[in-house]
Amino acid sequence: MTLSPDLRARAEALGQSLPPLLAAAEHLAATVTLGEHGRRRPGRGDDFWQYRPARVGDSLRLIDWRRSARSDQAFVQEREWQAAQSVVLWVDPAQSMDFAGATRPPKSDRARLLALALAVLLLRAGEQVGLAGHPLRARAGKGQMERLVAAMAADLANPPQDYALALPQDFVLQGRAVFISDFLGDLAGLERSLAQAAASGVKGLLLQVLDPEEEDFPFDGRTVFVSMGGSLAHETQSAGDLRAGYLARLAERKARLADLARATGWVYAGHHTGQPATGALLWAYRALEGGW
Amino acid sequence: MGFTSPLLLVGFLALPLLWILLRAVPPAAIRRRFAGVALLLGLADKTQQADKTPWWLLVLRMMALAAAIVAFAGPVVNPTVGNRASAPLMIVMDGGWADAFDWSRRHAKAASLLEAAETSGRAVALVQLSDPQPPLGFQAASEVRGKLAGFAPRSWQPQALASWRDALPQGPFDTAWISDGLAHSGQAELITALEQHGQVEVFASDHPIYALGPAVQADGKVTLTVQRLAAGLPASVTLIARGPDPAGVERELVRQRVDFAAQDTSAKAQLDLPAELRNRITRFALEGQRSAGAVTLAGDTLKRRKVALVSDTADGEGLQLLSPLHYLRQALAPSSDLLTAGLGDVLPTKPDVIILADAAQVPPAQTAVLRAWVEKGGLLLRFAGPRLAASDMAALAGDPLMPVALRQGGLTSGGAMSWGAPKALAQFGANSLFHGLTVPSDIQVRTQVLAQPDPDLPTRTLAALDDGTPLVTRKALGLGQVVLFHVTASAEWSDLPLSGLFVQMLERLAVSGTSGSAGVDVVAGLIWTPEHVLDGWGDLADPATLAGVPGEALVDTLAQGPSAKVPAGLYRHDGLGLALNAVPVDQPLVGATWPLNIAVQGLTLPSQIVLKGPVLALAMLLLLFDAVATLALTQRLGFVRRVGVGMLLALALLAPSQKAQADAAADQRAIAATQGVVLAYVMTGEPAVDATSAAGLQGLSDQLIYRTTIEPLAPMGVDVEKDEVVFFPFLYWPLTADAPTPSAAGYDKLNHYLRMGGMILFDTRDADVAGVATGSAPTPEGQALQRIAQGLDIPPLAPLPVDHVLTRSFFLLQTFPGRFTEGGLWVEAPPPDAAKTDGMPFRNLNDGVTPVVIGGNDWASAWAVDDNGWPLLPVGRGAAGDQQREYAYRFGINLIMHVLTGNYKSDQVHVPALLERLGK
Repeated sequence: MTLSPDLRARAEALGQSLPPLLAAAEHLAATVTLGEHGRRRPGRGDDFWQYRPARVGDSLRLIDWRRSARSDQAFVQEREWQAAQSVVLWVDPAQSMDFAGATRPPKSDRARLLALALAVLLLRAGEQVGLAGHPLRARAGKGQMERLVAAMAADLANPPQDYALALPQDFVLQGRAVFISDFLGDLAGLERSLAQAAASGVKGLLLQVLDPEEEDFPFDGRTVFVSMGGSLAHETQSAGDLRAGYLARLAERKARLADLARATGWVYAGHHTGQPATGALLWAYRALEGGW
Repeated sequence: MGFTSPLLLVGFLALPLLWILLRAVPPAAIRRRFAGVALLLGLADKTQQADKTPWWLLVLRMMALAAAIVAFAGPVVNPTVGNRASAPLMIVMDGGWADAFDWSRRHAKAASLLEAAETSGRAVALVQLSDPQPPLGFQAASEVRGKLAGFAPRSWQPQALASWRDALPQGPFDTAWISDGLAHSGQAELITALEQHGQVEVFASDHPIYALGPAVQADGKVTLTVQRLAAGLPASVTLIARGPDPAGVERELVRQRVDFAAQDTSAKAQLDLPAELRNRITRFALEGQRSAGAVTLAGDTLKRRKVALVSDTADGEGLQLLSPLHYLRQALAPSSDLLTAGLGDVLPTKPDVIILADAAQVPPAQTAVLRAWVEKGGLLLRFAGPRLAASDMAALAGDPLMPVALRQGGLTSGGAMSWGAPKALAQFGANSLFHGLTVPSDIQVRTQVLAQPDPDLPTRTLAALDDGTPLVTRKALGLGQVVLFHVTASAEWSDLPLSGLFVQMLERLAVSGTSGSAGVDVVAGLIWTPEHVLDGWGDLADPATLAGVPGEALVDTLAQGPSAKVPAGLYRHDGLGLALNAVPVDQPLVGATWPLNIAVQGLTLPSQIVLKGPVLALAMLLLLFDAVATLALTQRLGFVRRVGVGMLLALALLAPSQKAQADAAADQRAIAATQGVVLAYVMTGEPAVDATSAAGLQGLSDQLIYRTTIEPLAPMGVDVEKDEVVFFPFLYWPLTADAPTPSAAGYDKLNHYLRMGGMILFDTRDADVAGVATGSAPTPEGQALQRIAQGLDIPPLAPLPVDHVLTRSFFLLQTFPGRFTEGGLWVEAPPPDAAKTDGMPFRNLNDGVTPVVIGGNDWASAWAVDDNGWPLLPVGRGAAGDQQREYAYRFGINLIMHVLTGNYKSDQVHVPALLERLGK
């Protein structure tokens, strides 16, 4: 199984169809330099933020004499704090992500598409992007795109598991992380990972990608359900009767994920492949943009 | 026992297959890859499907299926299987008036024969002997079926059947003859011919045939002969004479019972009637005998004209035979009412004819009156005489009461003072009114007055002498005419008054009524145009494109009965009316005689019982058991058991107290109906119509509450048979084609209701296609209306006059739309003497509420609203439709206002009088 060749092109296209990550700030300051992420608070940076009366402790060098000359007080010019973030992406490589309902692409396709599109946007905005589970340092710049795609392709070469067990444990301090998976496997690994992330001060997004068939369970009749890897199987006389139970469990799983996210300061959202990818990308985008 | 589609029974072969299928082997599992299987682990199936169906359930299901298969195969007990023969079948119907009474049974019999022939695949030919002979050929039964619908009884009998013999198709075929029971000319020959082709079956009705002969007037009495076909038992029929009442509404005028003694085949009814009543009779009919043979049109036969004889000669000592009026009296007395007086006295009595014998000049005071009388349709007949001849012709020249200008003096020929011989009469020209009358050669005209030559003279001349001198001239004046005999009415100037021709001429001039037998002399020689024709049922119909009939042909038919070319009906020439009836005078009814080897069967239809419904119901019942049994097997019967027991208990409780409950319900109903004003509708038995009526009256009630002080309660449905109706001021009666006719008790109740001031709105719901207003062919609803209204005590009706109180009882209206807008509205006719008072916008019409309103605009549909008060049915289109609905509501409000306030609005007529009185 190889990465579909048009995956990157589609990711680029999707990225271009959206306004850049800083679109919201554009009307605020046309002077924002690409790559710098305005924090909307005073700090280190090049852009003017505000004048404030000078306080004890401000060095003389900071005083804006031109402004101060117009009054009896001394003013200090503050700049907007601009800092680049480091974002780690993790896309579930397990076989369960290969499930696809009728006429729809597999979930993994959508998950990678979203990850790359996010990467494109983040890189364009000057953030540092890395891929978890790879010896790939989070870097900024267009060249990183190539490396991300190569790393993702390398992922495919690994022997696949039925459900993802190993989740990233190492995080850049105070960084950001985006986990894209169906989260249908055991949640113990996720819990550990999130605990580690919380300890490192890392916040992030949990994006659950599901197929509409997984959401609706439109099956009926006598059926043997087999997991994608074949490791799990369940037989039923009447699949329709299981619908209520399955949906209840799915809802429970979603609630659990949301709880986990809330507890660790992450954000959780669901997405399914029947919807356009734009919505999920926009959401991820806003969520990353929102000030933590 | 048989099956309509036995091939379906092959379905039984599927039963063993079903046995295998129904054994409920669980289906093989589908293997499905599913990522969410981790969430499924540990979920248990709710039901464990049984591996095998119990054998008894299997049997139950198989029985249900078997019943269904049998049902769809169409089991029929006593199936209509005609004669097994495969030869073509000829169905012969007589189609004369004698068929009319039980035409529906004959029609059904023919249809059943057709059906049987269709089932056994026989070719069929269908003929009606009273119709013109069609090409006789055999067709498939389904092709012929449409033809049967076009058959109807005619007002004439089948004739000259022998000629059909030659047209019969070749080859063997069987015949089914649906006979009317009467003998027809050539029938025996036709049967003989038919028997040579194959078997002949005859079907005849056992209904007695009555025939009513033409009315004959003698000695002031009207005599009618009623004939019946079979003697044997005493019987009696009721003779009804109908005609317009003084208001012009056709109604029953006389009713008389006619009794037959046991052995009589004919009985006479003698009616001694006042002249006024007798003159109005237009038709006689036997009650309950719906056929043209039981109807006699009166035509002009019964009319006795009022003839006023005016002579200037002072009545005195002169010899009777010399009186100018003597011969006229003799000629007219048998058939007319005579009146002899001065002109001034005669005119107010409104005579039909005024005869002026030798009166030169009408007194100027009366000229205008006389002229007005003629222009309104009077016939002024003048005779010449010495005084006319001696009068100043120049003064007479422009007299409108003289048909031609006359020359001074007269012409005397053949006397001692003249060269010429007395003149004889010329034969009457083809254009003359007298054409066809034979002129006796011995009539001599000695003296006459002469007409001035004039371009109009030839057209005004009715009779002339052999030298071309006009003898009788005529001029139309308004609706009437003026006729001048250029000789005296006495034998003084000519022999004409002595001859029979004189009487015939007077008949032709419609001076005297034709005698009962409608003499040949009157009829022959003229072209008679049909004015109305009788159909087989005895109803008058439009003659459509029927051509005029020469009098000679009419003479034959008068003696032998009508035919397809000359159907029974009313014929007219100029002012003369002639009734040609289905049964000619003095022609006895002769029963059909059939060869001995032909058995005559009744019209009974084979009693075929179709079992499809019951068997299908059985299959459904078995499936119901199956459902219960399946529920029982899956331990889900608890709910069903509880409901079932509850229903059984309810039934058990209901059963004994039903009667008591019925009384209580009637009381409840009466209380509910008398709590306030309740609009009611008559329940027709068709759920859709009843629902619309209820919704319509609800809508109308709502509008009344919104707009007026009338606040009706919820409308109620009424069954005229069972429910009391006197509580309701207003009944809406939608008519359906098969609406049941109320029973005698129901009619009593309704008539009582109408007398007590109730109102019924009859709605034929067909946009008045029913022809209540137009008199065209009635729709089924229109027929239902006629049928139902016949027993009701309804006064004469008329189209709603523009100044009727309905047009202004609340809103000012001139249209009364419902869902349709075209139909007219009929209400109680205004009194004939209603006149408009000066200064009043409308007449003082009926004092009271019209008991019925009849129309066909389907008002309930326009009024109908749903539970939320929104219109239920579409009316019209767009804004125009809304307006139409608004007007429908306004009509409803006006109607209810009229019902509740009567002629209150009409009382405004009295306002000026009251004011005047107050002023004094």
